[in-house]
Amino acid sequence: MSGHPSTYEPKTGFTKWLDSRLPIVRLAYDSFVDFPTPKNLNYWWTFGGILAVCLMTQILTGVVLAMHYTPTVDGAFASVERIMRDVPYGWLIRYIHANGASMFFLAVYIHMVRGLYYGSYKAPREVLWILGCVIFLLMMGTAFLGYVLPWGQMSYHGANVITGLIGAVPVVGDSIKAWLMGGPSIGNQTIQRFFSLHYLLPFMIAGVVILHIWALHVPGNNNPTGVEARKDKEGLKKDTVPFHPYYTIKDAFAIVVFLIIFAAFVFYAPNVLGHADNYIEANPLVTPAHIVPEWYLLPFYAILRAITFNIGPIDAKLLGVIAMFGSIAILFVLPWLDTSKVRSMRYRPIARQFFFGFVVAGLLLGWCGASNPDDPIIPMGEDQLVVTYTDANGLQATQTYEEYEPAAEFRDSRIEAGQEATIAIKKAPAFRFVHLAQILTLYYFAYFLVILPLLGLREKPKDEPASIHKAVLGNKDRAAPAPAE
Amino acid sequence: MSDAQNTTHEAIDEDRRDFIHIATAATAVAGAGALAYVFVDQMNAASDTKAASSLEVDVSKVPLGGEIRVLIGGKPFFIRHRTQAEISAAESVDVSTLPDPQTDDERLRPLPDGEYNRAILVTSGSCTHLGCVPVGPAQGNTGDFGGWYCPCHGSHYDTSGRIRRGPAPSNLPVPDYRYVSPTVINISL
Repeated sequence: MSGHPSTYEPKTGFTKWLDSRLPIVRLAYDSFVDFPTPKNLNYWWTFGGILAVCLMTQILTGVVLAMHYTPTVDGAFASVERIMRDVPYGWLIRYIHANGASMFFLAVYIHMVRGLYYGSYKAPREVLWILGCVIFLLMMGTAFLGYVLPWGQMSYHGANVITGLIGAVPVVGDSIKAWLMGGPSIGNQTIQRFFSLHYLLPFMIAGVVILHIWALHVPGNNNPTGVEARKDKEGLKKDTVPFHPYYTIKDAFAIVVFLIIFAAFVFYAPNVLGHADNYIEANPLVTPAHIVPEWYLLPFYAILRAITFNIGPIDAKLLGVIAMFGSIAILFVLPWLDTSKVRSMRYRPIARQFFFGFVVAGLLLGWCGASNPDDPIIPMGEDQLVVTYTDANGLQATQTYEEYEPAAEFRDSRIEAGQEATIAIKKAPAFRFVHLAQILTLYYFAYFLVILPLLGLREKPKDEPASIHKAVLGNKDRAAPAPAE
Repeated sequence: MSDAQNTTHEAIDEDRRDFIHIATAATAVAGAGALAYVFVDQMNAASDTKAASSLEVDVSKVPLGGEIRVLIGGKPFFIRHRTQAEISAAESVDVSTLPDPQTDDERLRPLPDGEYNRAILVTSGSCTHLGCVPVGPAQGNTGDFGGWYCPCHGSHYDTSGRIRRGPAPSNLPVPDYRYVSPTVINISL
């Protein structure tokens, strides 16, 4: 791959025999040992390896959990509690799996933001980027399906909200919804199919990961400068180092640090990323007061709820669904939206500012998603109580109060006088979470649809280094001793 | 066809090749389509699930001023025994001022003799906003209009299950039900 000739030479009789029949050792050697890798990769590049570990962790723990799990409405919740209490080390395996999902998303967001900053989605890596987007989509699907399985209150009612989104699709929405749930509501048949698909999707992710790595190894890695490694023999030697041992050790070190953080969650705060409501068994007749998805889906949930207005014949609910799916779909076409010839934001002083704005917008959207949209962020005045009553002429009149007691007193006096009177809260004007979410959603889409396309044409980038080698050595290209290769 | 006469066992008969290609592809597409139908349709509601989608309820057991909640196919429904005050509150509203205008009678179904039993109100138990289950008399909160209150995002429903205030776009839907006797209703999805 990468036009790099294979340097594998089978040494033993067996490997020679195997190499002429199934050159699998050669494939591994060329991909992970002698693969020429830019020598300036920083630690942001270790998240690919970290993600591979995350996927393997989830599959391994998931297969074990499936040995003890019962996918029925009557058995699911109890079987999860049995895993926690009775199955030897079941608590540990489940906590690894549950927190592993969070760690997986943490790593994938860093990995994606790395790609956004260094322009890793640009030619010739568009297919690599798109495959990554497919993996991200599959991950979200898998996480949603998996979250339903413990059959807690948040599982059930979260799934209700999400399947309800499909119902917003005009004409066919309700049929698709019933088809997905296998009945009029989420029930036994739903949990069974969700379990089956939750088991299937990780293997589909693994398949796409193989394509992702293949698509990576054709053009080779991008790097922090965004300047391609030279293709000629001399240049390639100067710009790259073999993957092993240089990046095997760098990745391994980063993986160990990541796993320490992972373990800190598993052992010291295993439920801090979850919701207490999910330890209550699902009850279709009682809705938790505050339904929120897991943290990694919050920015998209915020975009969904930010749309509170109709546009023409399309109502707000459907628009929200369109905006939410659009926010992910837009990633797929990003390689063609960014018009800049320069990959790395290091050399794009203006785009860099917008990029950091984008990251902040993403984090703030998460905050909006976790909050009640109607809660004020910046209150402008006090809430007031309005008593509505019929006055002496039989007309409707209102009177406004600051405090509850006088308002209630007045209402009671009206009622005693044989009139109708009710109290209502009149909310003071405020800058609310829904307003912030609307601004951030606008920025999210503007970043992709306006800023990146226009800026690429107008911005004057800084000078890029002539090569990776030059970038590493800086301006002083002294006759330094060649790195020990 | 022009080659037909001078065909030897080595000559290529394009017509025969076309035939085998088209015949194979057509059969494969038909088979794949038939199988696809099977694999898509198996996800639809099974017969037993469909069979469980109606329920008979004895409404004479509902206490006055209270309600019972039933699940049909996993969906919640409210059956409320309204007091006289609640009925008159529902009937006295100026319908044109409602977000989703409906008279109280439009939200009832007739008894077998064609009369209305206005004391019994049957509605869906899913808030029309995001599908939460509103609280009612049994939970000690009937909202500002005496019917139901949805704690998720603050929708208030009146004693006819009509939306009065809050983010919900429409009234609690009245399910498909009928009186099979003066005291028993059959609700179906």
